[in-house]
Amino acid sequence: MFRYIVRRLLQMILTFFGATFVVFALMFANQDDPIQALAGEKPVSASLRAALTERYHLDEGFLSQYWYYMSNLLTGDLGVTLTGRDISALLAEAWPRTLQLSLMAIVLAAVLAVTAGVWSAIRRGGALDNGILAFTLLLLAMPIVVLAPVAQLVFGMELGWFPATASREISFYTLMLPAIVLATTVVATQLRVTRTSVVENLRADYVRTARAKGLTPRRVTWVHVLRNSLIPVITLIGVDLGTLMSGALVTEEVFNIPGVGFNLARGIRNEDGPLVVGFVSILVIVFLVVNLIVDLLYAALDPRIRYE
Amino acid sequence: MTDIQASMDVLPGLDPRAPLLQINDLHVEFRTRDGVAKAVNGASFRLSPGETLAILGESGCGKSVTAQAIMGILESPPGHITRGEVRYRGVDLLKLPEHERRKVRANKIAMIFQDALSALNPVYTVGFQLAELFRAHRGMSRADAKNRAIGLLDQVRIPAARARINDYPHQFSGGMRQRVMIAMALALDPEVLIADEPTTALDVTVQAQIMSLLAELQRQRNMGLILITHDMGVVADVADRISVMYAGRVIEEAPVYDIYARPAHPYTRALLESIPRLDLKGHQLTAIRGLPPVLTDIPSGCAFNPRCRYAKDPCLQDPPPPAYAIAPHRTARCHFFREVLGE
Repeated sequence: MFRYIVRRLLQMILTFFGATFVVFALMFANQDDPIQALAGEKPVSASLRAALTERYHLDEGFLSQYWYYMSNLLTGDLGVTLTGRDISALLAEAWPRTLQLSLMAIVLAAVLAVTAGVWSAIRRGGALDNGILAFTLLLLAMPIVVLAPVAQLVFGMELGWFPATASREISFYTLMLPAIVLATTVVATQLRVTRTSVVENLRADYVRTARAKGLTPRRVTWVHVLRNSLIPVITLIGVDLGTLMSGALVTEEVFNIPGVGFNLARGIRNEDGPLVVGFVSILVIVFLVVNLIVDLLYAALDPRIRYE
Repeated sequence: MTDIQASMDVLPGLDPRAPLLQINDLHVEFRTRDGVAKAVNGASFRLSPGETLAILGESGCGKSVTAQAIMGILESPPGHITRGEVRYRGVDLLKLPEHERRKVRANKIAMIFQDALSALNPVYTVGFQLAELFRAHRGMSRADAKNRAIGLLDQVRIPAARARINDYPHQFSGGMRQRVMIAMALALDPEVLIADEPTTALDVTVQAQIMSLLAELQRQRNMGLILITHDMGVVADVADRISVMYAGRVIEEAPVYDIYARPAHPYTRALLESIPRLDLKGHQLTAIRGLPPVLTDIPSGCAFNPRCRYAKDPCLQDPPPPAYAIAPHRTARCHFFREVLGE
């Protein structure tokens, strides 16, 4: 187990450098004049240009720029944005909002996916199963760039069930509609995987044994079948959680939630290199750690898996 | 949880003096897209306490389906019991509502399966799976149920039962796993035990151990044992009576010595001749020609007629041969049983 974790951590280091390198390259190597971009339309004096060049090591090669950036990052210094704000502080402020939003979305999605998936599997071929199938197909076909504004319009403005935007007052209630929208992006796949997995397990020999033991159908399904069926679903939920936590760009944009995705979207629009690279670097770490935890959770669910 | 023992006694029509288990004219079919597969076509037999009845036949002859129908764990759909009775102590189980039926399972009639690795739930400890029975059927506390589970593992002679109770099925060897299966079936002291090919997945030395354990436990408890197998060697050692099944019918039923000495049905005879024997080393082994019938299209008359060397005109005509009583406690469904017996 310990050796497995060490090996995974070593792999993560490699992935981390690979991912940040690509993002860094995309953001920096492609800019013609970052100083002019920073200043906007205003002319930049020669002395200021020299000072900024010095500060960002702009006269040095791309590789040494990456080196300077990474050594700062690894000592905990994410630097400042082009507008002079501290990136660590910005991240610390945005992070809890995104975390809350993504956790709400994943819980909503997982609960719905597992319950509906199991039901659909038990009554496969029935009206409920077909209805759920059609519903998931609809969700899968609906891109979030459509779904988010439509949901905002219908439930936020027309019906007025939820606040249309969240902005600064982040609460369970204001995040509800965005969380539902976000959940729809992952619930369909989770549901289908649950259904398939349960259908497969219902045919297993151990189910026959459980029934021969005179257990109630409810106990057979929710105790014996479910735990076996959840093994692939948990992986998927883990990957989804990683994706959601690394910023729900569109949803946060539409509902005006100043979270990670919102800041990231703004950074990309303003060509704010330090902000984008800083955020993405942290997100890469989050994603990797979540995936490691999921893999470890595997062993807890399935005793046959032992990590060496 | 109510006391199951008490509620069992009020099963309507339960008569302690009635035969332990009696199956009458059981018909099971599977309705699939390719047509209706008639898996069991009028199987009948009875079982007394302390008796071992072997149900013998090739794969697809309906022996496992019969067992599942008795247990009431037939997958439905596609499986349907279209006719017949399964009488336990006079009560027709097929007419019981599901919640009553559930109390019979494991309590009165229990079953062990062929491959213990897949038949046990891989993600729960054997202790959990054993204790579950006491908790669900007897409403015992967690600690009591666990102690009973340890006692059971001791009874089936699993060494270090107290420690192994927390192990998962995959941590046991094949033989030990089948012992766990047996412990689970015997947990609630059933009167009938159905063993569906209990030793097929095991190697020969372990097979013998498991069979003698089963025989011993059966003697101690005076249980009725239905042993489902295709292995005539296993049958000879432990069975009292044999029912040979072919295409969903019991084609011959007889005490074990009679059937080995003088089979009355051509199929039984062919089966016996296809057992490899040391004293016939070097001779060509006789195999039964042809294949078992496709269950969606069973031949008219005697289902064995296309493969039978005794077959004559009457064998091709419906109705299929009746169960001729050829001796006390002996029946055979063959028009020409006298010829087969060599009389």
